[in-house]
Amino acid sequence: MTQDTGRKLVLPGYRRDDVDAHPPLLSPGYGSTVTRAPRQPLVFLPQRLTEVTGPLLGEGRLGELDHDLTRQHDGEALGQRIIVHGRVLDGDGRAVPHTLVEIWQANAAGRYRHAADTWPAPLDPHFTGVGRALTDERGRYHFVTVQPGAYPWRNHDNAWRPAHIHFSLFGRAFTQRLVTQMYFPGDPLFFQDPVFNAVRDPRARQRMVARYDHAATRPEWALAYEFDIVLRGREATVFEGEDDDE
Amino acid sequence: MSERLGVTPAQTVGPYLHIGLHWPDGPYVVPEGTAGAFWLRGSIVDGTGAAVVDAMVESWQADPDGRFDHPDDPRGARPPAVDGFRGFGRAETDTQGRYALHTVRPGPLPAPEGGTEAPHLTLSVFARGLLHRLVTRVYFPGEPGNAADPVLRTVEPGRRDTLLARSTADGFQFDIRLQGEHETVFFAV
Repeated sequence: MTQDTGRKLVLPGYRRDDVDAHPPLLSPGYGSTVTRAPRQPLVFLPQRLTEVTGPLLGEGRLGELDHDLTRQHDGEALGQRIIVHGRVLDGDGRAVPHTLVEIWQANAAGRYRHAADTWPAPLDPHFTGVGRALTDERGRYHFVTVQPGAYPWRNHDNAWRPAHIHFSLFGRAFTQRLVTQMYFPGDPLFFQDPVFNAVRDPRARQRMVARYDHAATRPEWALAYEFDIVLRGREATVFEGEDDDE
Repeated sequence: MSERLGVTPAQTVGPYLHIGLHWPDGPYVVPEGTAGAFWLRGSIVDGTGAAVVDAMVESWQADPDGRFDHPDDPRGARPPAVDGFRGFGRAETDTQGRYALHTVRPGPLPAPEGGTEAPHLTLSVFARGLLHRLVTRVYFPGEPGNAADPVLRTVEPGRRDTLLARSTADGFQFDIRLQGEHETVFFAV
């Protein structure tokens, strides 16, 4: 066992996010936050070895059809077929390569394949709504799925969730871990959705909306959306000694 | 010059996170049968004391030698000291708000400012009603290094025990209170 005590550790740092980048944990418009958001302020934690490292989850977690949610069963999923693609970048615009992207979503009728989803929309026997992909060396990912439906929930009077796809990302460090939702451009339900609107900065909110990408559509087969995801960037630290491994 | 981009905002995992984030082997930071392995168990409750049944925790930790198999560890990436050690665990809560992770005790870590960090795991908590993950740390009871740990020392003394696991028959217990009396300390990383 070696102990490098004595020598000073020089760690990469990750920039703290702007206050308005993320929704406040206590956002009373979204009712469930009222009993779940901590009441004490978060304690500031300088980034240490545990925070600047993180799980590097690779190929081992992927099945052959994990990126194509329409072909994971014997028959084809019902609904409008879509391609969702984009890049995972850090806040400096650098690609985040070989990182696991996990998605889940409702089916075309707005119902999740989950025991607790009691919305009486039809379940599609050919759609689970779960996908996984790894970004390539340029940070690109690609899914084939169906356009998810909107669905009602009980948060407020006549509440409907805009169509969305849940995204989960790891990046390269614990500080970069992110779960978000991708929304579709021009959705008429945005105005009344407290989850989407909990992000106060309209520019930050817009970063959750995909772009319709006609160039990536496939004729007579699928529409396409582009959704780039930005994880935290590194602090501009001058590294002594070794170069950044890029 | 690189371009500065705004980060994508966090959103809640919603109530159906388990369909997308379920891994059958998720709770196993180390394989079953690993020497010295134990179960870290806990429950998650909200401000009313109700069990949070739609939650998930993820753990990240060093190996028993205090090393990470990661290129950004300035001491060098090193294969884990324990076969099958992943450093990472993912466990969803059950119908009573309980989670369980199978792991080994991490080693102490050198701190960037000098000194040593006591053995710890870091946890992320995701749930319906949480618009962003919460981050906390799990420390071990009776660990002599806890008193000098630079992170524990930044926490007000009356709240430090929320970061300490309790010993149990098959390992440790670490309960998470999202809100209210004995609220767990959560960190801004």
